Amino acid sequence: MPWGEFKDTAAERRLFQRRAMVMLVFVALLIGGLLVRMYQLQVVEHDVYTTLSDKNRVQVQSVPPPRGLVYDRNRTLLAENRPVFSVTLVPERVDEMEQTLAQLGGILEVSEEDLERFHRRLQEPRRPFQEIPLRYDLNEQEMARLAVHRHELPGVEVKAELVRYYPHSELTAHALGFVGRINRGELQRIDPVNYAGTNYIGKSGIERFYEDLLHGEVGYQHVETNARGRTLRVLERENPVPGEDLQLHLDLRLQKRAHELLDGRRGAIVAIEPATGGILALASVPGFDANKFVTGISVKDYRELSESRDKPLFNRALRGQYPPGSTMKPMLAIAALDSGATTRDYTIWDPGYFRLNDSGRRYRDWKRGGHGWVDLMDAMAESCDVYFYEIAVKMGVDTMYSYLSRFGFGEDAALDVSGALSGLLPSREWKRAMRSEPWYPGDSVNLGIGQGFMLATPLQLATATSLIANRGTWAEPRLLKEIEGDTPVTDYLPDGTHEPLKLKNPADWEYVVETMAEVMHGRRGTARRAGSDAPYRMAGKTGTAQVFSLAEDEEYDAEEIRERLRDHALFVGFAPVENPKIAVAVIVENGGGGSSTAAPVARELFDAWLLEFSANDDGALVGSVKAGGDE
Amino acid sequence: MALNDFVDSTAANPLGRPRGIWSALHLDPILLFLLVVLVSGGLFVLYSGADRNIEVVKAQGIRLGVAFVVMLVFAQLDPSVFRRWAPWLYCAGIAALLAVLLVGVGAKGAQRWLALPGLPRFQPSELMKLVVPMMAAWYLSRHYLPPRFRHVITGLAIVLVPMMMIIQQPDLGTSLLVGMAGIFVVFFAGISWKLITAFVALVSVSAPMMWFFVMRDYQKQRVLTLLDPQSDPLGAGWNIIQSKTAIGSGGIEGKGWLQGTQSHLEFLPESHTDFIVAVLAEEFGFIGMMVLMTVYFLIILRCLYIAVTAQDSFSRLLAGALTMTFFIYIFVNVGMVSGLLPVVGVPLPLISYGGTSGVTLMAAFGVLMSIHTHRRMISA
Repeated sequence: MPWGEFKDTAAERRLFQRRAMVMLVFVALLIGGLLVRMYQLQVVEHDVYTTLSDKNRVQVQSVPPPRGLVYDRNRTLLAENRPVFSVTLVPERVDEMEQTLAQLGGILEVSEEDLERFHRRLQEPRRPFQEIPLRYDLNEQEMARLAVHRHELPGVEVKAELVRYYPHSELTAHALGFVGRINRGELQRIDPVNYAGTNYIGKSGIERFYEDLLHGEVGYQHVETNARGRTLRVLERENPVPGEDLQLHLDLRLQKRAHELLDGRRGAIVAIEPATGGILALASVPGFDANKFVTGISVKDYRELSESRDKPLFNRALRGQYPPGSTMKPMLAIAALDSGATTRDYTIWDPGYFRLNDSGRRYRDWKRGGHGWVDLMDAMAESCDVYFYEIAVKMGVDTMYSYLSRFGFGEDAALDVSGALSGLLPSREWKRAMRSEPWYPGDSVNLGIGQGFMLATPLQLATATSLIANRGTWAEPRLLKEIEGDTPVTDYLPDGTHEPLKLKNPADWEYVVETMAEVMHGRRGTARRAGSDAPYRMAGKTGTAQVFSLAEDEEYDAEEIRERLRDHALFVGFAPVENPKIAVAVIVENGGGGSSTAAPVARELFDAWLLEFSANDDGALVGSVKAGGDE
Repeated sequence: MALNDFVDSTAANPLGRPRGIWSALHLDPILLFLLVVLVSGGLFVLYSGADRNIEVVKAQGIRLGVAFVVMLVFAQLDPSVFRRWAPWLYCAGIAALLAVLLVGVGAKGAQRWLALPGLPRFQPSELMKLVVPMMAAWYLSRHYLPPRFRHVITGLAIVLVPMMMIIQQPDLGTSLLVGMAGIFVVFFAGISWKLITAFVALVSVSAPMMWFFVMRDYQKQRVLTLLDPQSDPLGAGWNIIQSKTAIGSGGIEGKGWLQGTQSHLEFLPESHTDFIVAVLAEEFGFIGMMVLMTVYFLIILRCLYIAVTAQDSFSRLLAGALTMTFFIYIFVNVGMVSGLLPVVGVPLPLISYGGTSGVTLMAAFGVLMSIHTHRRMISA
C-alpha cells in the first residue's frame, strides 16, 4: 500500500509544526517550572536547608567521664577502668533486626544468653537512638571480622567503653561494692544530662555511696556523622570532668589476710582503726567475683551464686545479724559498773546455774560445775554467765538498752557504709510492739549474755569494741580516707552524731579494758592460748552463739546439718591495750567455740597489723610495743 | 528487504551536500555534541554520587559505550524499517509482557524481567518505550491527520494495553513513560483540543478511582508522603526530606565537586541512581542546575527540529513522541527529587547509573538521527 498517497502532506506538516510549537512552549514552561523550584529551594530557602544539612551532619554526643579510681590506704589500686570493646546495635537504624542478629551470629560468637539479654533490653524503655550492647569483650579476631562486614550491617557499631574492673575482685567485692548497668529505677532517679553517656552506676558499697564523687561530669563533642549515625570525625569537644579518685582506710594486705584466715569457712571480719574509725578490713567469706556483675552476670552464674548454701552474695560483715553472745559482756560490764549494778569488788557464788527465784527455772552456765566465787574480773576472764545473769536482772532492760544503744547497737552507726543493717537491740517497747508481750525478767537474763532477742552485725561489734578501745570516744566507722586533689573529705563524709560515752568514773574504762586483757593474758582467760607469747598486750572477749534453728528442708544430709547447727564462734578485741591501733570483730559461722576458733583469727590479725605491716608504715608502733613489753 | 533499504539509503545523498563523515555514519553532529557534553558531565557527577567509586564510573562508561553502538546501529536503519516492523514488534512486545506476567522473574516484589534460555535477562517493558510510539505512529499515520475520533480511540487502546500490563508488574515509572510516549503520538497527530480538554477532565475524574482500585498501597504511600514528608521522616519521607535538604543546602554556587555532605555522609539515598540530580544540585548549586537544564533544553530543541523537518507523518510523530518521552524522564525525575512529584523509579536520563534506560534512550536518539539523515530529495 503506497504511503501517504491520498493525504495532504503539506497540511499535515503544518499541523505538526503547530503542535511541535505548542510542545516547545510546554517544555520550556515545565523546565522553567523546575528551575523555579530549584530557585525556591536553593536560593529562597537556602538557609533553612543549610541548617537542616548541618543538623544532619553534626550531632552532639555526650562523652561519659571516666569513673574515679579507688585506692586502699597504701595506694594499691582496688577499682580501675579497663577498655572493653563491645558490639552494639541502634535499633532505629537497623533495617531487619532478626536478619542482622543472625548475620552477627555468623561473625562472632553470640550466646543464647546474649541474645536473650539483648531482646530484654530492646523491650525496656530507653533513650531514642541509644545503642544496645549485644556482646562485650570482643577479641581481636572478632573485631577484625566485624570490620570486614561492617558496611553490610547498618546500625551495628563497635564501641570502646571504659568498664569498671576490680583487680582484687573476690577480696574487695563486699567492702567496695560494685557497679552495674543502670536499671529502670535508677534511670528515673539520675540526672539525665550528667548520665547521658554513662551506662554504669554504683550498685552497692563505696561505689554506691560515693557515686556522685566517682562519676564525674559529662562532656560533649560535636561529631560529623553519616545517615547511619556512624561517627566520621570530631569537630569540637568539651572534655568530661573525670570522677574523683578515692583513697580508703582499707588495707588490702589486711583484707587479704582476713580472707585467708576465714578461707574454707563462712564468716566475717571487721577491723577498725579506733582513733579514726577507719575500716581497715571488711571481709565476708565466701566472696564472689564482682567483675562478673559489671557487664551483666549470666543467668547461670547468678543462679549458682544465689542458690549456693554458703551465700557468697550475702555480706555477712554488714548484714549478718548474729546473737552476739558473750562478746556483749564488756559493754554490759561498763553498763553495770556505771549504773551501780555491780562494783569492782562485788562477788557472787556461781553454782553452775542461775535462778530468778527459788522455784524458778535454772539458767545454766556454760560451765556445768560453775565458777565458784567470781568478781567482775574473773567473770570476764572466764566468761562467767551467772555473774552476768545476775547483774542483767539488777540493771533491768531499760538500763541495758540505754547503755547498749550508746555503743551503737540497734542502729547503723557507720558513716559511709551502704547496706549495713542495724541488728536488733530489744527493749520493753520493742517487745510490746512486735510480740504483744511484756518484758519478762527472763528476757533480761538472756540479754545479759547477748542471747535471746539481741542481734548484732560484725560491724556493730567492731564499732562497740572500738569505743571501748577509745575509752568512750566515738569515731564512727568509715571507709573513705582521702579524696585526691583539693576536695576535703569532710565535704562528703557525713558527720558523726554520737556523743562520747562519759562514765561517772572514767577509770572504769581502764578497769574493763583490764578485764578484757585478762581474757587474753590471764591465767584462766578464755583466750589465753590465743594471747600467749605476744610482744604486746591485747584486750578481747570470746563468744559462742547458739544457732537455734535452721531451715533445712531442701535435702537431708545428717553430716551437713550437724555442721550447720553448730554454734557460731565470735571474738571482739583490740590491741595494743595502751594505745589501740586496731579493733576487730570476728565471727566464724558454725565455728564452735569463740576461744578455739575466733580468737586465734583475731590474734593473727593483730600480729599482722602491729608487727608485720606497720613495720613499713611509720614505726610508731614499735615504741608502743616496747612500752607494752615493759609493763 | 531491510538490507535493500540500508543500501538504498546510504546510496542517497539526502541534502545534495557533499557527503561528509556525519552523513556517512548517519549521525547528527549537533545532537551528538550535546549528548557527549551531557554524558561526560554526567560521569563527573556520578563519580561524586557513587562516593568516588571509580568502578561505578567505569561500568557506566562501558554501558554508555554499548548504548552508543546501539544508537549507531539504529541510526543506520531507514525510518521505513521501523514503520514496517512496528506492528510485528508491537505484537512481540505484548507477547513478551504477557510472558513476564506469567513466568517472569523479579526482585523486590516486582516481576519485570524475562529470563529466556540462551538470552540475557531483559525487561520487555523497557523496549515498549520505543515500540509503543512506533506502533501508534504507524497506526495514526495510515489515516488522514488530524485523526478521526474512532482512530483516536484505537490509538489510545494501542497505548493503554501495554501500559496496563506494565502497571501489573508493578512498575509505575515505566508504565507512565510508555503511556506518555503513546499519548504524545496522539497529540502530535493533531487530536482536537476539545478532545484533549475532555481527556484531561476524564483523567481528573478517574484519578480518585485509580486511588481506590488500581494503585497499590506503596504507591499511595508515596503520594501521601509527597504531601507530608514529615509524617514518616525515617521511612518513605526520608528520601524526600534528604534530597530537598541536599538541593537546598547547595545554594547558588554549590558546595563544590565531591564536597556534598548530604550525599557523602550517606544521608541521600540512591545518590548515584535515581537521586543523582540532588548530588549535582548540592555540589554545583543553582548554576549547575541551570547548565544541566540548558543542555537538556538544547537537546529537546534539536530533536523537535528533527521532528519538524522529518519528511513523512510516521517519522514526525515518532520523532516528536520520542523527544517528549525524553523530556518526561527529565521532568519526572527532577520533579520527584525536588519534592514536586511522588517518588517513582525514573532515572535522570543519561546521568543516573544503571538500568537499561540509557540504552533505550540512546536507541531513541539513534532513531531520531536515522530520521534526520535519511531524508530524501523530494519536494517539500
